Amino acid sequence: MSEELRILTAWWGEPETVWMTRYLQTGGYKGLRKALKMTPQEVIDEVKASGLRGRGGAGFPTGVKWSFVPQDTGKPTYLVANFDESEPGTYNNRELVERDPHQFLEGVIIASYAVQCHTAFIYTRGEFLFPGQVLERAIAEAYDEGFLGKDILQSGYQLDVVLHKGAGAYICGEETALLSSLEGYRGQPRLRPPFPAVEGLYASPTAINNVETLCNVPHILMNGAKWFVGIGTEKSPGTKIFSVSGKVNLPGNFEAPMGTPARVVIEEMAGGVLDGKRLKAWTPGGSSTPFLTEEHLDVGLDFESIAEAGSLLGTGALMVTDERDCMVRVCHRLLQFYAHESCGKCTPCREGTWWVTRMLARVEEGFGRQEDLPLLGEIGDNILFKAFCALADGAVSPITSTLKYFRDEYEEHVRLGRCPFTEPRARRLRPVGEAPHEPSEPEHAAIPLSEILR
Amino acid sequence: MPVLSPELRADAERILARYPKGRERSAVMPLLYLVQSAEGRVTREGLKEVADLLGLKTAEVEAVASFYTMLRIRPTGRYLVSVCTNLACALRGSTEVYARAREVLGPGSEDMTEDGAFSLHEEECLGACDAAPVVQINFANYDRTTPDGIDALIDALRRGEPPPPSRGTFPGEFTKASRILAGLEPEAGR
Repeated sequence: MSEELRILTAWWGEPETVWMTRYLQTGGYKGLRKALKMTPQEVIDEVKASGLRGRGGAGFPTGVKWSFVPQDTGKPTYLVANFDESEPGTYNNRELVERDPHQFLEGVIIASYAVQCHTAFIYTRGEFLFPGQVLERAIAEAYDEGFLGKDILQSGYQLDVVLHKGAGAYICGEETALLSSLEGYRGQPRLRPPFPAVEGLYASPTAINNVETLCNVPHILMNGAKWFVGIGTEKSPGTKIFSVSGKVNLPGNFEAPMGTPARVVIEEMAGGVLDGKRLKAWTPGGSSTPFLTEEHLDVGLDFESIAEAGSLLGTGALMVTDERDCMVRVCHRLLQFYAHESCGKCTPCREGTWWVTRMLARVEEGFGRQEDLPLLGEIGDNILFKAFCALADGAVSPITSTLKYFRDEYEEHVRLGRCPFTEPRARRLRPVGEAPHEPSEPEHAAIPLSEILR
Repeated sequence: MPVLSPELRADAERILARYPKGRERSAVMPLLYLVQSAEGRVTREGLKEVADLLGLKTAEVEAVASFYTMLRIRPTGRYLVSVCTNLACALRGSTEVYARAREVLGPGSEDMTEDGAFSLHEEECLGACDAAPVVQINFANYDRTTPDGIDALIDALRRGEPPPPSRGTFPGEFTKASRILAGLEPEAGR
């Protein structure tokens, strides 16, 4: 099980794959041809039987999600492909589109057929300027070849695809915030229920799927559910593309069966820790998933095993830190991110991330107090599961996991009055607005009342 | 002078036609990109014209524009320099890259340099962490940038000689990149 298994990434080595002609030569759009000969329900059943689970983070079974889309509402049905890949450390969607855009489009078309949708939207992250161009080109080719538009492959099925660009907001990766954004509003999440399957885009039935999820679909149609079930683990079938970054020798995307141990991905595929240093911490699925450590390296990268180890598989993005990295600083940088990206809709997230960021800055700068440590945990508790959407829960992950595994580093910051990972230096002025960590200097001490009254 | 010329109004119609009838509000973001492609940023006048096109209040369009960082309400240089300093890039030295860019571009460059050439932006994860530290110029990626590398990159841009990005072609000035984002340059990527 220690080998790479290239299904979605099989043609990444060939630059020509971005073009329709090459994609067709390698068996492209055969999954679609097969799907169009089946009924939509049969397509859903096949994907259900494959056990494919969403690759965007939550891991919800894709076929089940599609089966929740009602067909008798009298409203149009929509499919939205979530290409707003923004989870820190994650970059497999981008490479899937840049290197093999038709594989993704084929998945979009099959999924659209399954839920009987005639207008599909691809919500593309704005910063993905080049991937967006690759998609524009591929969509134009697909129309030319009759894979999109009216009467696709003489099946009578019609589908139009609209490419919609985001404009720089992490929250829009959250599916209900994405829908708000796509409807022309601020990207703020909505209450569920109603779930998007029932009332999604324009309050109509909507299926929303991640890019990697959709890329699996043509292969499932081509090779059958049984084949797919034979890959990976029982409850997490298929492969996963792991994005490895940070302190490794060969950062990159690696496709391997679900359940592949993290050690194999980090040490063999990504070439091990940089400069022969010792690994300190790693995220299994982006910054919103709790850090794990060296002792978890033999845990399999699948939904169940990672959950058992106390984290989440998320997007499969492994960000690796080594012994030279200060985990307080790491946590601070990530919380800055969440504070910046909090949409401001609800209080625990908006205020909580802001305060925690300030506290972490104080600890990192050497002005932390012993009581800050339990307080950080307490604020985390007051955010977790109490906010409107999962962004806030993600923000708590680095706080609780670094406090759990690297509490000694926090304590060392407080004890030394500086960051132990940087050279001792002249004590900086305390940040504006921050409370001093020690009692006031004698010359600033309040004059006792008795002295004034004398 | 209106922000949207007759030609740009025709572009606006093309953008509106992408969305289902009665759902034209969905076009607000691409329309704001269109305005940005004309003005180099989104001004009050631009907000108003988009509002008029959609039958909305200017404040409703402003509420959208102010939410998204790629829609620039503040004056913006011809080259938007975005340096990712999120974790994966920070672990590979992006903090120093950003510091050098700030040093080279000078004080105030986080808004716009005095010559109107550059705006520096500290960016969150750009989804290309294998190539950390990642820099984007007008949303074109430059992989594995170093402090000296960004120095040279800025120099080349000052000479008007943008080097080819790591993937794709250089989109041109910020206004042109905004036009691509509005989905109006399908040929640009070919």
